[in-house]
Amino acid sequence: MISYIIRRTFAAVILLLVVTAVTFGIFFLLPRLAGQSPDQLAAQYIGKNPSPEDIAAVKANLGLDKPVYEQYWEFIKGIVSGATYNLGPTTAKCDVPCFGYSFKQHIEVWPQLVDRLPVTASLAAGAAVLWLVAGVATGVISALRPGSFFDRSAMGVALAGVSLPMFFTGQLALLVFSYQLDIFGRTYVPFTENPSQWANTLILPWCSLALLYSAIYARLTRSGMLETMSEDFIRTARAKGLGERKVVLKHGLRAALTPIVTVFGMDIGLLLGGAVITESVFSLPGIGQYAVQAITDNDLPPILGVTLLAAFFVVFCNLVVDVLYATVDPRVRLS
Amino acid sequence: MTDLSKTGAALGEPTRTGGTPSAFLDVRDLKVHFPTDDGLVKSVDGLSFQLEKGKTLGIVGESGSGKSVTSLAIMGLHRLGNRGKNVQMSGEIWLDGKELVSASPDEVRRLRGREMAMIFQDPLSAMHPYYTIGNQIVEAYRVHHKVDKKTARRRAVELLDRVGIPEPNKRVDSYPHEFSGGMRQRAMIAMALVNNPELLIADEPTTALDVTVQAQILDLIRDLQKEFGSAVVIITHDLGVVAEIADDILVMYGGRCVERGPVDDIFYEPQHPYTWGLLGSMPRIDREQTDRLIPVKGQPPSLINVPSGCAFNPRCPYADVPKGGITRTERPELREVGSRHFTACHLSSEDRTRIWNEEIAPKL
Amino acid sequence: MSETETRAGTSAVTTEKASEDEKPLLRVEGLVKHFPIKKGLLQRQAGAVKAVDGIDFEVRRGETLGVVGESGCGKSTMGRLITRLLEPTGGRIEFDGTDITHLSTGGMRPLRRDVQMIFQDPYGSLNPRHTIGTIVSAPFRLQGVEPEGGVKKEVQRLLDLVGLSPEHYNRYPHEFSGGQRQRIGIARALALKPRMVVADEPVSALDVSIQAQVVNLMDDLQEELGLTYVIIAHDLSVVRHVSDRVAVMYLGKIVELADRDQLYTAPMHPYTKALMSAVPVPDPRRGAAKSERILLRGDVPSPISPPSGCRFHTRCWKATEICRTTEPPLLELRPGQSVACHHPENFEDQAPQDTVLLTAAKEAAELVSDEVLAESAETSAAVAAEVSKAEAAKETETTENTEDK
Repeated sequence: MISYIIRRTFAAVILLLVVTAVTFGIFFLLPRLAGQSPDQLAAQYIGKNPSPEDIAAVKANLGLDKPVYEQYWEFIKGIVSGATYNLGPTTAKCDVPCFGYSFKQHIEVWPQLVDRLPVTASLAAGAAVLWLVAGVATGVISALRPGSFFDRSAMGVALAGVSLPMFFTGQLALLVFSYQLDIFGRTYVPFTENPSQWANTLILPWCSLALLYSAIYARLTRSGMLETMSEDFIRTARAKGLGERKVVLKHGLRAALTPIVTVFGMDIGLLLGGAVITESVFSLPGIGQYAVQAITDNDLPPILGVTLLAAFFVVFCNLVVDVLYATVDPRVRLS
Repeated sequence: MTDLSKTGAALGEPTRTGGTPSAFLDVRDLKVHFPTDDGLVKSVDGLSFQLEKGKTLGIVGESGSGKSVTSLAIMGLHRLGNRGKNVQMSGEIWLDGKELVSASPDEVRRLRGREMAMIFQDPLSAMHPYYTIGNQIVEAYRVHHKVDKKTARRRAVELLDRVGIPEPNKRVDSYPHEFSGGMRQRAMIAMALVNNPELLIADEPTTALDVTVQAQILDLIRDLQKEFGSAVVIITHDLGVVAEIADDILVMYGGRCVERGPVDDIFYEPQHPYTWGLLGSMPRIDREQTDRLIPVKGQPPSLINVPSGCAFNPRCPYADVPKGGITRTERPELREVGSRHFTACHLSSEDRTRIWNEEIAPKL
Repeated sequence: MSETETRAGTSAVTTEKASEDEKPLLRVEGLVKHFPIKKGLLQRQAGAVKAVDGIDFEVRRGETLGVVGESGCGKSTMGRLITRLLEPTGGRIEFDGTDITHLSTGGMRPLRRDVQMIFQDPYGSLNPRHTIGTIVSAPFRLQGVEPEGGVKKEVQRLLDLVGLSPEHYNRYPHEFSGGQRQRIGIARALALKPRMVVADEPVSALDVSIQAQVVNLMDDLQEELGLTYVIIAHDLSVVRHVSDRVAVMYLGKIVELADRDQLYTAPMHPYTKALMSAVPVPDPRRGAAKSERILLRGDVPSPISPPSGCRFHTRCWKATEICRTTEPPLLELRPGQSVACHHPENFEDQAPQDTVLLTAAKEAAELVSDEVLAESAETSAAVAAEVSKAEAAKETETTENTEDK
């Protein structure tokens, strides 16, 4: 088991390196290949109307003149040991982990991310609980009575849930429950300040997000359960004289959950990297919103930072899933 | 009545229903039908047999003959799950004086695993891959006994030891995939026996195993039966297996019993053309056989459109021997042709004796 | 006078035929197939599944060679090697005088006509989206052969040959039962008039009554078309029925190779003997005589690290020190019967000086019924007596010890 975890962790680290290389490639190598000069590239880090001095400074700070592999090395070194940027009159220190420095706003990216992470995490965690409970329960009940009224209506709702975009459901929920009925607040308050206010603001985004995801999970659970419930070991469990509830939950669901855990790990990882649309619709000051802001401002370093963070979460969540998988299914440990 | 119960395993009027049971396990006119989009699948269509404690009944038949559905019906398992939602079932199954067809699902559930237990064909897929062997045996024990986990675990180790698993104290914590095929089947048997069931049903218990392991498992089942004195129903397509282990044999074809009787009668004086066909189809390891095999022509019947009259008539070489095409119009009833030996065939007993002695026996 | 002449004539013909027959159709020498096991971060080779580990045999023209053994003995791998669906790790395969051991796919193409394979699963080996006509005519298309009278006519002839109706030409596999699908598989295998057909468990997925139909069909086709068969099966009864000679495999090795009747009436390898005694006999009165049965202990060891010396020594009731250390070669001890054993049954002991039983053997002996042991002891003792009196005395002493256990 321990050697398995070590192996998976090692693989995850390799994957992270690959991800940084790809990200680096997209941000630094691709523009060059597309014919941009280092000056043009540097100009993009400054914003509108850059002065030649600014360009020269950024170019020097990011080492845009140097060969590609050296640039990549600097980039990696920055993450693990920090960097110092010379901004003419002053110097800016970018602490470990240096996820970039916004030359435009003259601030480091990392503290910004740290500030916004709790918002995104609150959103993701709350929604995840909702959609797991609702989705898995619906899926199980549907699978036990395939073709029944419940099954058909649940799968109908699920189809709608998958098809309706967040722009629509989110806006509609806001309009009805917040603007018209004024039940839920619209200004995010951190949990540490006022938990009830925190929950009050988040209920609508949670529900909107959960509607989308639980639809996917219900369908996934249903097909998994249908398959598992026709397995031989289910028949054995019944032959022991176990009650149907125990057969379904202990023997059926446990085996059907494995693919769901995999997808769940992915989804959480992706959401932590920023629920871009949800955060925009509900004006939540999370990582997604930060990224959107940076894109509108044409500020590259924050985008790079968010991309890296998102990649990190996906890789990390996958690692957790792999380990979970091995605890759930003893056969995985061997291979 | 008392006289009847003494005579042995298979006795009494074949299709009589009502009244008190005449044996430990008494199945009467059992019908199990599954409605499907293509029509009504008559998996079991009027099956009767009796079995006493300490005796072994072998149910023989090819795929689709209804032998597995019969075993699931006795266990009450065919009614559970999605397929069981609209199953149609009639007849009576008496187990130790209790009737199971009319009993509530919960009553049957309480008997399942305690008074009647089952061993399945493929022990790898029949055991849950995520739980240890010990866990699964403990679970089977604790469903029916209010004991703590420690006691149940001791019981599991004891049984693993009894079925011949080396180092049971250690192996109790293994997962099914860590066992070999033979070991898994032993563990499966331990799981079935954990509550000392009085009826043990084994559905193709050795089909997935190699011959040398099969010999070990059959030996084990025989020993355990002697020790526990339970009634055993063994379902198989292998006539060699039933010849070794069964006291009585029931031959199924198209959801019905075509012949049933003591094992020696079935092998040395079989009365039904299908039984002859099975014996003639079988290559023999125990004798030099220079002749060709004598196969049964044609294909097994569809359970949706069972041939009218005798279900075997399209494949029977002697279908035209009885006069007036009766084999195509009238379903033959089980008739007693010897002591506790029944067959459902329109051939007259003279014809049967003549055909067996002159045409079949010399070629086997 | 005339009678003698005829006899002389016939014998001349037979010798001529014999010299032609002496050249086997297939000759296999030292055939090895190891499947590497990769482990660790760098996926380095950590070992190998020794599926086939050095086997020699020949298949004569027109005969049926049966190959039996339990799961994991390498019989299926062997079948895929001689049809060159797998690349051998070592050894040599010669088909009709041509070395085909390492022929490329292209190099094998002309030979594919001569060597065909029939598989176990009549469901899995037919493409469900193709009609029977397409399936059976595939070999013609692949080989670019235009049969006389056109493909369709030839396919219909083949369908007729295997007992299917030519009208089935446009149907799909799911419309057929298991036995009929196996017939389709056979028709496809026979399309190019092969000389050798390798059948891997051709009847084990079929019901008894259908199994007999297919066995008879294969029998008829052999006679009609002069086919040579290699039939791989786990069912010893089927193999006894169909084979002329039988090879018994255990853990990647052939432990005994003999003419059918010799093998079944007087097996020489203890494993063969145990294997045969384990088969349930459909004869209740005989089967009840349980004493004949030898119950082997435990399971077949892993082919990743097979036991040293004789691979069967861990489960053999006759195993002695030499069995643990020295691998017995496959020797023709009797005409038409080769066996790889130091202490063969029904024959003079190959290592009479080595008589101290291994612990494994002592344990196994407890499981082997007394009658069997007594019988083996009797044979060995009788044979040993012939060899030398002094040794005979020693032999009986030890076997008596065994009996005491």
